[in-house]
Amino acid sequence: MPITVNGEHKDLPSDARISLLDFIREDLHLSGTKKGCNQGACGACTVLVDGSERILSCMALAVQYQGRAITTIEGLSANGEMHPLQNSFIEHDGFQCGYCTPGQICSAVGMADELRRSVPSYVTANLSAGKIEMSHDELRERMSGNICRCGAYNGIIDAIAEVQAASRAQEAV
Amino acid sequence: MNPFTYARAQDAADAVRLGAEKATKYLGGGTNLVDLLRETIEQPEKLIDVTGLSSDIQVRADGSILIGAATRNTVLASHAAVRTSFPALSRALVAGASAQIRNMATVGGNILQRTRCTYFYDNAGSRCNKRNPGQGCDAFEGFNRNHAILGASSSCVATHPSDMCVALAALDAKVHLRGASGERTLLLNDLHRLPEDHPELETQLNSGELITAVELPPLPMAARSTYRKVRDRASYAFALVSVAAAIELEGETVKDVRLALGGVAHKPWRAWKAEAALKGQRATVEAFRAAAEAELAMAVPLHDNAFKVELAKRTITTVFAELMEIES
Repeated sequence: MPITVNGEHKDLPSDARISLLDFIREDLHLSGTKKGCNQGACGACTVLVDGSERILSCMALAVQYQGRAITTIEGLSANGEMHPLQNSFIEHDGFQCGYCTPGQICSAVGMADELRRSVPSYVTANLSAGKIEMSHDELRERMSGNICRCGAYNGIIDAIAEVQAASRAQEAV
Repeated sequence: MNPFTYARAQDAADAVRLGAEKATKYLGGGTNLVDLLRETIEQPEKLIDVTGLSSDIQVRADGSILIGAATRNTVLASHAAVRTSFPALSRALVAGASAQIRNMATVGGNILQRTRCTYFYDNAGSRCNKRNPGQGCDAFEGFNRNHAILGASSSCVATHPSDMCVALAALDAKVHLRGASGERTLLLNDLHRLPEDHPELETQLNSGELITAVELPPLPMAARSTYRKVRDRASYAFALVSVAAAIELEGETVKDVRLALGGVAHKPWRAWKAEAALKGQRATVEAFRAAAEAELAMAVPLHDNAFKVELAKRTITTVFAELMEIES
């Protein structure tokens, strides 16, 4: 049972030591996913598992993800069309050097799904409420696993908030 | 990283059979072990992936909850019964790490994660009795702002990094174990050890023994419980001090109480002295402060972390005051 990356079946490395991050970058030559700290402290290597679960590919051994579907930043655009978050990051200056951006965007996709499933966060006031109230504090807390050394946080949060608001409005229709 | 082989356990019996072989480690989400492998602090020859084992969460008729050890931290934090009946646990889980790491990390792995003492990780440059027994400890005279103030020894001043375990300690959680000689249950409070002269021995687990589940016993008072974490930045940092607390009142009197501290000791620190001091007292800020004083009276700060003593007292006092305002 191979691993699926951006819809394509791939053979797993034979050496169990290869991280999912190194497999994606060095074996599959998908360089969008970035190696920042390589120790789970920065979020630059964030990818999505089985559609929308965000994980850190630097802390994962590739062999652990046998049979799973991985989506990287390269897999988020469809038919040459950018993902709405990619457009929104450009619109809101959600980056400067761009190194953390693929991780930020994959993380935001995963975060949106966690919100749909009402996963609580440290700043969620009422744990018993079925639906999480979206707020600036919630977005910041939920994105706190992605560090931006350029400090583009205001743009990042604005970009994500706009796409969040649009998808919530669509759900409400 | 040194070379190792990798195998997936089909069930707990399979895992324990494979785990009985020498130089074997169980692998959960990998969020700590992969780092330790990379730094060659852990050098197993075989990894047994136990993430395919039970991740069921069973809510029983008596109000207890049995949690499979392979349950991911996010899943447990999000569970409806945990959120309403044991909110301290849900809040402790979401206080830990980042969303990405919580999606990967398992309950069993969270319990067995190792200290984040920077001297422990500095394999090439620092002495560490936990990493290399008998070598000495560079944290004792080094930068020890993040280190222990309770239960430490001259051989080790490291802290246990888990948030989840602090809530489990306060909630009287039990840990289900399975090993070559059968199954047994330990209180979470008895699972981790204080460092004494052997900081390399961190738990009471036998070689090859596997955590299969965590059990939350029925505790109606835990509906009024919470977790507060104080750290150097607003999120995504380990605790300087953390507090898990539950309180039950009878009129204005404290009928029962649970209190545990994180970020202050080699293990999740159940505050027995504070609990004893509070029971039967009128529930006032003065009583909460006095209970905190009773617990922290035995604190022995290092040169960089004396602030933790007062910080712990204030956090305990504040958390109880806040719990009083929650409708029971």
